[in-house]
Amino acid sequence: MTSNQAIRWVAKPALFLGSLGPATWLVVATLTGQLSANPLADITNETGVWTLRFLGITLAMTPLRRITGWNAAVRFRRMLGLFAFFYGSLHLLTYLIADRLAGLDFPAGLVAWQTVNALARATVSDVLKRPFITVGFGAWLCMLPLAITSTAGMIRRLGGRRWQLLHRLTYAAAVAAVLHYWWLVKADVRRPEAYALAVGLLLAFRVWWWRRSTKAPVTRRVAA
Amino acid sequence: MLIKSAANIPSSEITDKRLYMDRRTFIRSATGATLAVAGAVLGADSVVRAAQPAPHGKRLENVKASTYSTGERPNTWDQITTYNNYYEFGTDKEQPARLAHALITEPWTVTVAGECNKPAVYHLEDVLKGSTLEDRIYRHRCVEAWSMVIPWVGFRLADFIKKCEPTSKARFVEFTSLSDPKQMPGARVPVLPWPYVEGLRLDEAMHPLTILVVGLYGEVLPNQNGAPLRLAVPWKYGFKHVKSIVKIRFVEQQPLNTWRRQAPQEYGFYANVNPTVDHPRWSQATERRLPGFFKNSKTLIFNGYGDQVASLYSGMDLKKNF
Repeated sequence: MTSNQAIRWVAKPALFLGSLGPATWLVVATLTGQLSANPLADITNETGVWTLRFLGITLAMTPLRRITGWNAAVRFRRMLGLFAFFYGSLHLLTYLIADRLAGLDFPAGLVAWQTVNALARATVSDVLKRPFITVGFGAWLCMLPLAITSTAGMIRRLGGRRWQLLHRLTYAAAVAAVLHYWWLVKADVRRPEAYALAVGLLLAFRVWWWRRSTKAPVTRRVAA
Repeated sequence: MLIKSAANIPSSEITDKRLYMDRRTFIRSATGATLAVAGAVLGADSVVRAAQPAPHGKRLENVKASTYSTGERPNTWDQITTYNNYYEFGTDKEQPARLAHALITEPWTVTVAGECNKPAVYHLEDVLKGSTLEDRIYRHRCVEAWSMVIPWVGFRLADFIKKCEPTSKARFVEFTSLSDPKQMPGARVPVLPWPYVEGLRLDEAMHPLTILVVGLYGEVLPNQNGAPLRLAVPWKYGFKHVKSIVKIRFVEQQPLNTWRRQAPQEYGFYANVNPTVDHPRWSQATERRLPGFFKNSKTLIFNGYGDQVASLYSGMDLKKNF
């Protein structure tokens, strides 16, 4: 088996299954009553935290490749990024159902145009009113076009350069996600701080790499 | 044949091998540090960890029923003893259940000080002496917009206050929680200014609904819920319900309670449950009655105890005095 095949038929499927782990565990834990007395809060927290983790791991792929020279790292990036979007969407969905929908009255029953309308209004007003919801929703909005343009066909249509430029939105998504976490905790900011440090290091690496590669005089490289 | 002379590089310009290797070490250690940080973040952040419910304690004798109890169905022992805030044991909801078992609650003393005729160090038995224990099934509303129904066992705080004989200068009561870093891992971390301090206006403290709690479900109060002595003021948010009380002080000025000191724009002194006054970061209009799936309930003014306590605040702007 070539290393190309190994990545395609072993490593990627393994990563895919592993990335589904947290979601699978949440479903099992919910059904078997292993969550806390506030299961909806657990589901909200877990999906949120896993979004941040996948954003961080996705952002770590390029530094990993540059430092180790292991170029294949980049081949896992799309899947990891899509999992960040997957967990982010579950997180948003939990908020929409457990927080927004659950607070509504259903005079016309749950399945009604009125419900959709009221849910949309309740959500928009909340997004506009509360900064931590605003940045959280913003992080999801940043990820949305990235998920849509993640296919090879979309890369071709956009052109590599424009696609790459667009996908720098990942940086904005990660920063917004950290802010979202930071602003929602009551007093103990140690975890948001740790994520901020991790995302900060990953972004700082890019700045460092960019300055290093633009500064290095071409002649020296030839001489070496 | 042209024989090139060796490049004439002065030895001073050749990078020292040690430095050259250092660069690799640096990159390696930087990578290591990043991975360590990432690892710490991933490891330290498991939001849900299985918490064992509290073991059952001694049954309390001569506990009377109370007309102040709600007829609503109480939450289970497991729910009440595995999900609560007690930051001295950590900021996760399940940490008190995991870490509070080591707390020593016997012997226990309460220091009474300030504007009163009987300042002293009271043993817990003396605090309880002469008071009638009652089952008080109360709605409990957390400021985080979840709620439970909890069958406390306690006695009127007013009973104990009378023993202390507050003077005419006493307008407020200030409570202080135990803060012992040796027994309480959360108190080693300055997430809040320790010790935890709360306060009530004297008339709030004297109100018949206000109780000092010593039990749960007819048994001795589990450590994670604030043993051996905690406050319950059911029309106020949970953070007013100060736990493991070691000091009670009668004062003239309104005490500066811990959460208000931490974030004055988010937490007030009164902290009366009020659906029309939102927390700046979330709505208080509805609440999730745990374990609660899907439909939230409407939050009631004064947590549904308005008939008994609204008169305490007549003429007051509750939006300003939140």
